[in-house]
Amino acid sequence: MDSHTLAAQTSETAHIEHEHPPFLRHHFASVEQQRETATFGMWLFLLTEIMFFGGLFCSYLIFRNWYYPAFVVASHSLHLWAGTLNTTLLIISSFTMAMAVHASETRVRKALIGWMIATIILGCGFLCVKAYEWHDEWVEHHVPGLNFSPQGFLHGTHDYPDDKLQLDMAEKTQVYFSLYFAMTGMHALHMVIGVSLLSFLLFQAYGGKYVNGHVAPIENFGLYWHFVDIVWIFLFPLLYLISRHQ
Amino acid sequence: MAEPQHHDEPTKHEEHIVSPKIYLAIGTTLLVFTAITVGASLIDLPGDLNAVVALAIACFKMTLVVLFFMHVKYSSKLTKLTVAAGFLTFVVLITMTMTDYISRAWGRW
Repeated sequence: MDSHTLAAQTSETAHIEHEHPPFLRHHFASVEQQRETATFGMWLFLLTEIMFFGGLFCSYLIFRNWYYPAFVVASHSLHLWAGTLNTTLLIISSFTMAMAVHASETRVRKALIGWMIATIILGCGFLCVKAYEWHDEWVEHHVPGLNFSPQGFLHGTHDYPDDKLQLDMAEKTQVYFSLYFAMTGMHALHMVIGVSLLSFLLFQAYGGKYVNGHVAPIENFGLYWHFVDIVWIFLFPLLYLISRHQ
Repeated sequence: MAEPQHHDEPTKHEEHIVSPKIYLAIGTTLLVFTAITVGASLIDLPGDLNAVVALAIACFKMTLVVLFFMHVKYSSKLTKLTVAAGFLTFVVLITMTMTDYISRAWGRW
């Protein structure tokens, strides 16, 4: 008998000797402790994410102060309805994700799958609206480095006839749009990763996982999803709202 | 030798299943405050009040999401401490950056 078979047999016997759920790792005393540890680790990861997005928010704050007129006028070019729709979609998707965690905790497979599908659809809806906005900004020549033109910020617009910047300040709207694309782009990347992970979890849940007390993966994905929601809760006022009346 | 007192172990923490009613109430509140913040942005408030109101509402919404959707209200002290320490560190870093920024005599551009 080679060592491999022996090891396999030993671990096999070990499982029989002290019965525990197959998802409980041997170095944890209980499922509860394992879940608690996973939550702790997930929060540590989310804290690094806070620092990452926080740096972007901080530079937005400083540059808005520096090039204030450019930021105000550039912000006027965004569609308020699109930002509002996206905020609504994300908040509802956070609710459906919270319900998915609840379904996993109460071990109802159909509900778990249903809430996960709803979350995926709402997340994709968000990305569609975002893609529409980005396309619009491309058409308007608002993408720095690729097809930017300050012409739209020199003569005022239909809604904001007073939005007339000098050419040097109009060029600075590129700082706004650079930060806009960096922040919404990183946020959208997190959404794409989130939808991909959730699709994988859905595939596993379809196979019967996560309704046997093994809640941690669903719960920790929920934490990630809510975090991405929180980032948008701040992006929305900063990019769309606070310059409406300046 | 007495049985080890499991309920006294610091790692022990009862998982709390949050009721769907609470999730629904929080979700509705978040949507209502989204409507309020959009409405407030359409009104011309004096000075920087538009920004203050919008960010105050955003902070309130974040608090609701963290406490209820992310279960921090029902979590162990370890999780609560981790979250609080993270936010505190973030605030300290931003404050130090801003202190440096506002105390320098650089030109506008």
